Amino acid sequence: MLGFLIRRIVQSIFVMLAVALIAFLMFRFMGDPVNSMVPEHASAAERAEVRERLGLDQPLFVQYGRFIARAATGDFGLSWRNARPVSTLLAERFPATAELVLVAAFLSLAVGVPLGIYTALRPHAIGAQSLQLLSLIGISLPTFVTGILLILVFSVWLGWLPSFGRGQVVDIGWWTTGFLTGSGLKALILPSIMLCLFQLTLIMRLVRAEMMEVLRTDYIKFARARGLRDRSIHFRHALKNTLIPVITIFGLQLGGLIAFAIITETVFQWPGMGALFIQAVNFGDVPVMAAYLVLVSFIFVVINTTVDLLYATIDPRLRVDAAPGH
Amino acid sequence: MKRHLVLTAAVGLSLGLNAASAESLRYATARDIYGFDPHSVTDSFTNIFVHHVYEPLVRYTAELEIEPALATHWEIIEPTRIRYHLREGVTFHQGQELDAEDVAMSLMRAVHPNSPLRGNLPGLVDVEIIDDLTVELIMSGPTPLLNNYLTNIFILDADWLREHNSVDPIDASRGEEGHTTSHANGTGPFVVESRRPDAMTVLAANPDWWDEPQHNLSRIVHTPIASAATRVSALLSGEIDLIEPAPLQDAQRIDSSPGVRMLEAPGLRSIMMGYNLSDTLVDGNVEGNPLQDVRVRQAFEHAIDMDLIRDRIMRGKSRVSGALIAPEVPGWTEQMDQRLPYDPDRARELLAEAGYADGFAFNLNCPNDRYVNDEGICQAMASMLARVGLEPRLVTEPRQLHFQRVDDRQVDMYMLGWATLPMLDGFSVLSAMLHSTEGAFGTFTPPGYSNPRVDELTRAIEVELDEEKRRSMLVEALMLAKEDHAWLPLHQQPLSWAARDEVEVTQSADDLVRLWYARINR
Repeated sequence: MLGFLIRRIVQSIFVMLAVALIAFLMFRFMGDPVNSMVPEHASAAERAEVRERLGLDQPLFVQYGRFIARAATGDFGLSWRNARPVSTLLAERFPATAELVLVAAFLSLAVGVPLGIYTALRPHAIGAQSLQLLSLIGISLPTFVTGILLILVFSVWLGWLPSFGRGQVVDIGWWTTGFLTGSGLKALILPSIMLCLFQLTLIMRLVRAEMMEVLRTDYIKFARARGLRDRSIHFRHALKNTLIPVITIFGLQLGGLIAFAIITETVFQWPGMGALFIQAVNFGDVPVMAAYLVLVSFIFVVINTTVDLLYATIDPRLRVDAAPGH
Repeated sequence: MKRHLVLTAAVGLSLGLNAASAESLRYATARDIYGFDPHSVTDSFTNIFVHHVYEPLVRYTAELEIEPALATHWEIIEPTRIRYHLREGVTFHQGQELDAEDVAMSLMRAVHPNSPLRGNLPGLVDVEIIDDLTVELIMSGPTPLLNNYLTNIFILDADWLREHNSVDPIDASRGEEGHTTSHANGTGPFVVESRRPDAMTVLAANPDWWDEPQHNLSRIVHTPIASAATRVSALLSGEIDLIEPAPLQDAQRIDSSPGVRMLEAPGLRSIMMGYNLSDTLVDGNVEGNPLQDVRVRQAFEHAIDMDLIRDRIMRGKSRVSGALIAPEVPGWTEQMDQRLPYDPDRARELLAEAGYADGFAFNLNCPNDRYVNDEGICQAMASMLARVGLEPRLVTEPRQLHFQRVDDRQVDMYMLGWATLPMLDGFSVLSAMLHSTEGAFGTFTPPGYSNPRVDELTRAIEVELDEEKRRSMLVEALMLAKEDHAWLPLHQQPLSWAARDEVEVTQSADDLVRLWYARINR
């Protein structure tokens, strides 16, 4: 187990180095932030001077090397856009993204799994059929369109929910939470629906397909032959075996949620890391972009490692394989 | 009796509070300010927002006239020595009195080598303190536009800067965070109440402001909303009172919705196309550079139907222009504003005369996120130019890439917008866009353009203190450049804001939101 973890940590370092390298290779095509940092009428010499101070005149690999060297000491530098430390900016934004992703992930599981079971058990019911159809729409509609539609219906027409922001937040140490105020909770509803919709439909369809597969297997038939109650068969025997692929996909998609949060955060002006990243891209704020990408790649590695560890608890066969003596 | 008095006082107090809370203005823009430190960033939106908190020596009114602010009057002692008398009894939000040392430190801070703003106050050598309320600015040469420059330079408290170790402006490349980025202590009409970067900034009215407030706001609640669709939705749903900018494509929807309206007016920003006038085209298919022939450039102007672009792409809101500056800017004349008429046949004739009857290929470079409908304008222009036999190769890119290409001179025909801000004078166009490229001059001058008479006039205008003489030279130089067809002027783009009906706000041509003139009439 320890060896596995160490291997993963070493791997994650390489992943982050690679991500940072690719990021720096791409920054070249992003254009020049200097034009946003000098007055419109600044002379060519003034522009060149700013470029030099920021190290933009150096070859790419030197810039990359400097970034890595400083990042290794935990120093991500100062944002070029608002002259605040990048680590502070990311730490300020992390709670907003984390809460949004958490709620969206919870919703996609809490709604997706039961709907999947229902459509698997009653495949011919009208409700299940229409859910299938709806899920098709959910999976194919671009998320920003869903977001704009939600705003149009619930904010502009009905006036029930806010169209932007996080509402009132409460500071708990360095964490800010929207869970403790009415306006904070209200503000969470639309963005989390937009963010979870794709995941929810994916999980629902996955659970349905897996469940129908499992229900056809021999041991379910035997269980029925033994005269077990339907409830027990469906939930104790069938569901458990359905969940392994669901957890894999869910784990992978959790990273996707963080990535998709960029779009949700932009549409709802949600003050999270994704919105910060988009602002950095628009400005050409290299320190923020680089740090964000490295952080997200780190989160991906952590999630995947956790998923691998979870397998062992859910699937006893894996535990046996890993035991000594085999 | 005594009890009765207390009761009325309490009632009065609560009424006062209610009235105050009713007048808070919720304001949304496309992005957030970069920070409060006025000498560490150069960004017109940050600057005008910070202007609610900090003040300059002289300021623009809503009509863009210069009027006294922290300085009450001034006199020229020598051409390079100008004395400013400061207003008495002005206090900073934290209680310090305004004095000459504050002004001296702030002005020198603005021209510090770290300050990206230093180009906005060119020629300042030193500030001498004469007495508590008098300073003298020592300039390297006569500076006719000194007051224009000073409208943009804010005054901070010297003791407060020293106390927070912030005497020098912040240098983002050095990796130090400054107190002044997230804290503010100004003399202005509003006090910073709270700020969450990129989420919400709240300003409260300053009850001790030295000036008579024309606004009736108790609070300004500013939220950046990057997505244009969300910004409009927030206005329509009543969560926001004023948005800037309002996307042009949503104008009809906003005007037809109850309780909100579009605020549109012609702006200062002139949009124009620059030519590559060097010896070769970047992306051409003929020998040499046909653009060097003035007949070719005249043909371009004949080929483009700006009225059509105004009606179809700008919703009829742009002001078609023959000049590189808007009518509000000193140096503009009626004659300068005349364009060559739209006449594709004449364009073809001129091209044939120049020996390019079959046309030629060139790059047409445009940003797609900088000016109002910039991409649409360029697409229309490309097809108009193609109609007279030319082969424009349209390149539209995000602003970062576009302006880097312009800097690197990797463009044949390129879009540029110029509002002459913060100087608000025709000299801005001469120095940055028409003088031959050398030193601080000609950063955006078309590559290869050089007219010795324009250069000579530009240098004379820079130091001419006699306003009448200065104006006539301005007009002469701008007319010379017009005859050279160094640029192809297009139009002045419209300002487009939107607000709830009860919000009354003056829309200055410079597109800057001055909420100390805003009122809410509920």
